[in-house]
Amino acid sequence: MPFIANFPFFCILITMAGGIITSMANGKWAFRINTVVVSATLVLNTSLLMFMIKTPQSITYMMGHYPAPWGNEIRFGPLEALMATIFSFVTLAALVCGKTEIFEDVKPKNLHYFYIMINLLLSSLFALIYTNDLFTAYVFVEINTISACAIVMAKESGKTLAATMRYLIMSSLGSGLFMLSIVLIYGITGHLLMVPMHDEIAHIVSAGLYKIPLTIMIGLVCVAMAIKSALFPFHTWLSHAHGSATTASSAILSGLVLKGYIILLIKFIVRVVGLETMVSFKVLNILFVFAVCAMIIGSLNAIKENHIKRMIAFSSVAQMGYIYIGISLGNVWGLVAACLHIIIHALTKPMLFSAAGGLACASGHKKTFDDLKGAAYRNPLAAFAFLIGSLSMIGIPLFAGFASKYYISMAAMETGSKMWITLFALAVSTVLNAIYYVKAIKVIFTKPEGAVVRYKNSKSYVFGMTLFIVTNILLGLFYQPVVNIIAKGIELL
Amino acid sequence: MGPNLFANYYEAASMILFGIGFTTMLLHPNLIKKIIGLNIMETSVYLFLAAKAYIVDKLAPIVVNGDLSMETYINPIPGSLVLTGIVVSVSVTAISLSLVQRLYKKYKTLNIDEIMFKAGQEGE
Repeated sequence: MPFIANFPFFCILITMAGGIITSMANGKWAFRINTVVVSATLVLNTSLLMFMIKTPQSITYMMGHYPAPWGNEIRFGPLEALMATIFSFVTLAALVCGKTEIFEDVKPKNLHYFYIMINLLLSSLFALIYTNDLFTAYVFVEINTISACAIVMAKESGKTLAATMRYLIMSSLGSGLFMLSIVLIYGITGHLLMVPMHDEIAHIVSAGLYKIPLTIMIGLVCVAMAIKSALFPFHTWLSHAHGSATTASSAILSGLVLKGYIILLIKFIVRVVGLETMVSFKVLNILFVFAVCAMIIGSLNAIKENHIKRMIAFSSVAQMGYIYIGISLGNVWGLVAACLHIIIHALTKPMLFSAAGGLACASGHKKTFDDLKGAAYRNPLAAFAFLIGSLSMIGIPLFAGFASKYYISMAAMETGSKMWITLFALAVSTVLNAIYYVKAIKVIFTKPEGAVVRYKNSKSYVFGMTLFIVTNILLGLFYQPVVNIIAKGIELL
Repeated sequence: MGPNLFANYYEAASMILFGIGFTTMLLHPNLIKKIIGLNIMETSVYLFLAAKAYIVDKLAPIVVNGDLSMETYINPIPGSLVLTGIVVSVSVTAISLSLVQRLYKKYKTLNIDEIMFKAGQEGE
């Protein structure tokens, strides 16, 4: 086994160790240590991705050298490496971008706690991406929940505390269902590792046994992950939690935390149950209905919203609908489209949140559209980023969001019965997206009356924003190689 | 279905408890009772695991008299899963309770609807 196979484990380990070291530092040093740790994971994951592009393969890494049915395993291929790379990149850029606001919003004596939680969050995300064991996944789902709640409430205003409470309750409901389903699956198959579990499930299904229990537990896993990733109708907590937190938290939450669970669900569908078996259980059809509703209702809610961050948060609900529709089409191209949209949304939404944060900073920290009038003249960089992000989310060609919509429609063409509904929902949702993003752009770019005071962005903000803008434009122009990696990765998953 | 339900009464009871905990957590407006619901829900899963793991006439997985055959003992993994689960649920309970304490100090109520209403009235 090549030395590079240790890298996923190193990523999980150094982020955890980073959390422990950060607890002993003060605010400024906590930021520095955290940046070093996240950059290190970025380097590790990128080199793993390069290796995977050169020699695509699926590597199973035994933890503690215990062989398959007993030990704990990490398993990874091109898809996992790609996702982990994107995740560390987005965390780095979002934290650098939101640094000034973090230092304003979080009390100085609590700053290092914030960075501990970021480290734990990233470590649990890596674990969710790389693990090959469902119970380990459950433990890291809980770590993810706790640290995500902690970074929401870091701002300590009444609104964020109430939002965190709602988030925590919904998340715990999801975790409870997930745990119950794992226990049920363990009761039937006798395995916790994904690959032996797959063999056992294939055996049970071909023998025609346990039809109802299997349907129930696959449904439970889907519902649990849907609650945690805010699929309609479980999305009520999202707008409060993402709308009221500090900018970097909102960016990381909507860009990454929601996606970690979806990647776990994709792994569950492909690696544990198997795509064909999954389609035969018809659970995906329910997800399909939810996803179509999410695409339309999320956008309708966003149109009604007058608070820029909550509008972007509701747009996330609609984008989750896109991802789930890709998954629920039940073919490989649907999964590829879903993964592509995960990456595009993970890169675009944090940029939009950071841009909204920058625009609000230039308008006296107020976030309603009345206050943001003409913010583009006060903070051109943030407005430019907001423009690019909006165009991408609407799905204008040459921007990233177009690619995933294209692939979702291509995947829908193969399905037959779901084709017309998918295409119709895509069309309606695109128009609705355009309505609220164009409205926001119009308000921001209206020339204000009187003299314009230029807001001076901090250096870190400019740096982070440039990273976001450049990657987004590049991804929009050259999405084909990314699609190739994803397709290879799904094949090897 | 009826006889199965009675034969596996531990599992049936744990599923009923899960339902009670889940609904309490989802629907009850009182935050403390919500957290009690969370604990009932998670404990019911541990009951399910413990009931599933126990096999009549087999011993706890501790080797005595050098007997290493698999047929003598029950599977130790469910027990360790319960332990891990307890650790996780304790930490989630702790963070929820501390959050409730914060909210109570700020709003002087435990009713989630009132808290959401009052928080909605505040500015940024």
